[in-house]
Amino acid sequence: MAIIETKNLTIIFDMPNNTRITVVEDINLSLEEGEFVAILGPSGAGKSTIVRAIAGLIKPTHGEVLYRGKLVEGVNPGVSMVFQTAALFPWLTVLENVEIGLKAKGVPPKERRERALKMIDLIGLDGFESAYPKELSGGMRQRVGFARALVVEPEVLLMDEPFSGLDVLTAENLRNDLLELWIEKRIPTKTILLITHSIEEAVYLADRVIVLDKNPGRIKQEIYINIPHWRDRESEEFIRLVDRIYSIMMGKPVTAKPPKTERYGTPLPHVRVGAIAGFVELVAELERKEDIYKIAEDLNMDLADIQPVIEAAELLKFIDTTGGDISVTELGKVFAEADVLEKKEIFRKQLLANVPFIQQIVQVLQNKSNHRMPVEFFIELLETRFSTSEAQAQMEIAIDWGRYAELFAYDEDSKEVYLEEEVLETQKVVD
Amino acid sequence: MIYRVIPLRRVKISIIDIGIIFFLFAFIYGIVSTAKEWGEIPTYTLNISLSPRNLPIYAWYSILRQFLAYLISLVFSVSYGYIASHNKTLEPFMIALLDILQSVPVLSFMPGVILGLIALFPYGRIGVELGSIILIFTGQVWNMAFSVYGSMSSLPRDLREAAEIFNLTPFQRFLYVEFPYSIIGLVWNSMMSVAGGWFFLMACEMFTLGERDFRLPGLGSYLQLAAINGDTKAILSGLATMIAIIILIDQLVWRPLIAWAQKFKVELTTGNIVPTSAILTVLQRSTILTKITQWMDEFIERITFRFSKRESIEKKINPFPVLRIILIGLLLVIIGYASVRLIFLISRVPVFMWGEIIISDLLTLLRVAIAVSLSIAWTLPLGVYIGMNPRISLVMQPIVQILASIPATAVFPIILMWLINLKGGLSIASILLMLLGTQWYILFNVIAGAMSIPSDLKEAAEVFQLKGLEKWRKLIIPAVLPYLVTGAITATGGAWNASIVSEYVHFRGSTLMVRGLGALISNSADRGDLSVLAASTIMMIVTVTLINRFFWRRLYWLAEEHYSL
Repeated sequence: MAIIETKNLTIIFDMPNNTRITVVEDINLSLEEGEFVAILGPSGAGKSTIVRAIAGLIKPTHGEVLYRGKLVEGVNPGVSMVFQTAALFPWLTVLENVEIGLKAKGVPPKERRERALKMIDLIGLDGFESAYPKELSGGMRQRVGFARALVVEPEVLLMDEPFSGLDVLTAENLRNDLLELWIEKRIPTKTILLITHSIEEAVYLADRVIVLDKNPGRIKQEIYINIPHWRDRESEEFIRLVDRIYSIMMGKPVTAKPPKTERYGTPLPHVRVGAIAGFVELVAELERKEDIYKIAEDLNMDLADIQPVIEAAELLKFIDTTGGDISVTELGKVFAEADVLEKKEIFRKQLLANVPFIQQIVQVLQNKSNHRMPVEFFIELLETRFSTSEAQAQMEIAIDWGRYAELFAYDEDSKEVYLEEEVLETQKVVD
Repeated sequence: MIYRVIPLRRVKISIIDIGIIFFLFAFIYGIVSTAKEWGEIPTYTLNISLSPRNLPIYAWYSILRQFLAYLISLVFSVSYGYIASHNKTLEPFMIALLDILQSVPVLSFMPGVILGLIALFPYGRIGVELGSIILIFTGQVWNMAFSVYGSMSSLPRDLREAAEIFNLTPFQRFLYVEFPYSIIGLVWNSMMSVAGGWFFLMACEMFTLGERDFRLPGLGSYLQLAAINGDTKAILSGLATMIAIIILIDQLVWRPLIAWAQKFKVELTTGNIVPTSAILTVLQRSTILTKITQWMDEFIERITFRFSKRESIEKKINPFPVLRIILIGLLLVIIGYASVRLIFLISRVPVFMWGEIIISDLLTLLRVAIAVSLSIAWTLPLGVYIGMNPRISLVMQPIVQILASIPATAVFPIILMWLINLKGGLSIASILLMLLGTQWYILFNVIAGAMSIPSDLKEAAEVFQLKGLEKWRKLIIPAVLPYLVTGAITATGGAWNASIVSEYVHFRGSTLMVRGLGALISNSADRGDLSVLAASTIMMIVTVTLINRFFWRRLYWLAEEHYSL
């Protein structure tokens, strides 16, 4: 029997403006004994929401979470959790932080102290028992987070992006130490669930990777990693898996409903114009098709950070991504070599051709006699499809792009979007 | 395997420990003998002696009153803040109530509190003593309760979730998470509250209610009597005693407390200037205190263990819905009854009196406006100067803090002596007292605002050679405005409250008053005219609230929206 099981887990948040957002939908997953599972997804895919539902911190809107076949109501008794921020209590010493879970369980002081000290030893915090979290480095702090979660000997260890706040070397060091405890069975934990946005991290650690789609978060695909530990990141097998998972993440959903015909197109990726232009120039300089994973590495960026840039460049038809490789299009080449004014020109054409929402803004402004419109108007339009904060973000991006393309401008004081004189000229061309 | 044991200090009694023991003995003796006094003397009116020989014992009485009032405030504010932040049904009511109570001037509580307590304790001085303590409490508690509520309802999400995941019981959650998180705000607000307590000390230790004259031995009544008699020597020695006490408390209590509270900061980066206190270090090295804290820890743990067991049973039973309904019903009945009584009381105010109340309100409004404008006029340039020059702020901050903690009411008689013979002297003096009492809020906030200007902006201003007016318009005003408004809100509220002690004064054997809402409140309390007292109190609450809503809040939003960094 699975230790943890979710059945049709769906979580819908009620937003303040009476809209409802489906964060995750129909999640069916199970954690078996001895399994290390990673949930991988872009930001906004509801990874953290799933892990919090499993922990019992969030109540599912539909569906259920089972722990050893029993319905979880309230906090899940079998789990413990490591947080992205470590979430240590700053006023408690390392030892007191580690002891806190045992205190809550009512373990007598002597036994509690012994167990906490043993765990502190195991996790490599020797000599720091009486230090306060403030005195520790980020890596050491996260070690305390691990010790605190492990000392209660949970059957299930949930980890919410525990390495993403750390620098590269520290994170690697901590990953390996954790993996060692797990592989050598030096902790009684039966199964681990890791939330991450790093493909590489997931492939390095997990036995099974669950790829999520976003808006709403649903399971796209599950991939078993059958490479024995310790895994070599340079090996061909490893790189191939990373590539494959990347193209799954970027590609169309495997189990999705038929694509809705949306009037306003897909949401705009959260990227400023500068980043798009810089990225296209960089790709154009490459001689041949290049692996996305390699480009990210060259740029010293996380795949999750670079992904929206790629999405934006592809949306505007500057690059082409197939099968995890990136190549620049003819238009992209022209764009990369163009001077500032030409760049704006190309960008403008591409926006009007490929981004329906921007088209719509221009049309609305043209139809108004004074060519001005309060920004709330557009935000309200967006709010029919997005959360309030996402609608804000979408509008900001639209303004950034539109400004660069000199399609329209924005008056911060009156909070109005307006057409400029020269924009009116160019519109005739568009019409 | 051998594990390291946390190194325990050797048990060694040092001089510090002996000092602490003596201090505790003296403190207990002081409380016991004072309590005896309270029970013994059956008269309401005591003779206050102006001999300086009595100053130490009077000072002790005042300190003890402040201390007890503060303890009650602490317990009350933590409970109130806890309940308001945990009970979604009660939260809006409790916060609205707090907002109103905050703007009620101390003296308006006086008749109810004193009459009620004398009825409860008809023998001995204890009724009046408790009344005085509760009056001080009403001046201290509200901002502390706000602070606790604010902290507890803004607990960082990850800490809250960690507490949940590890299944802490509600009591453990309070003890290890929620209360520690509230401590920093609570310490700063405690400092402000106690300073407020000293400000109204004179009003709280000696007052008349209708025919009855209440005097309690203490520094406040000493100062007030000295003022009534016009005894310059007594005024000065009383003032000196008070300043000495305030500096002592600052050094012995607040400095160490602030240094200790740093441990409860959530930001994990260590700031560049960390408050320290030599006294705290000395105390932390004391063997006895270390032992005591250890015992307390163990004791608390035993309690939490009990609690945790009981808690889990209770949870299964269901948290008494019937009891809750009865409680809320009871509360509603009390509130309903009180409002009806209040309306009844106010309806007895004659029409011409309402005219008087409105005119008085406008006059006091004018004084408050002048006081606050003057405060801004001098604190803005000075605050900006101090805040933008780190080296000067290092020297000036402690000086300003001590100046600010001297209660203006104690200096008031001296000011009166100079101004009393001038035409409109009391009116000027009244504005001056408001100014003295409230300018510090603005100054501190302006300093904080100026310190918050990022150095890159300062450098940019230098590069573009912004100077004089231009620099103020483009850099300083935008950065400081939100802070300035925050300070001004507190200062305005304080100035209204100060009007009750500044517009109506007993001095050199006579009663001086100027037309104003504060005078009206003091006078009606003196005469025991409860309906006018209630009407003018409500007028003050409404005015303060309206000014906050329609003037300061708007200005604040404007500042935040346009200039927020």
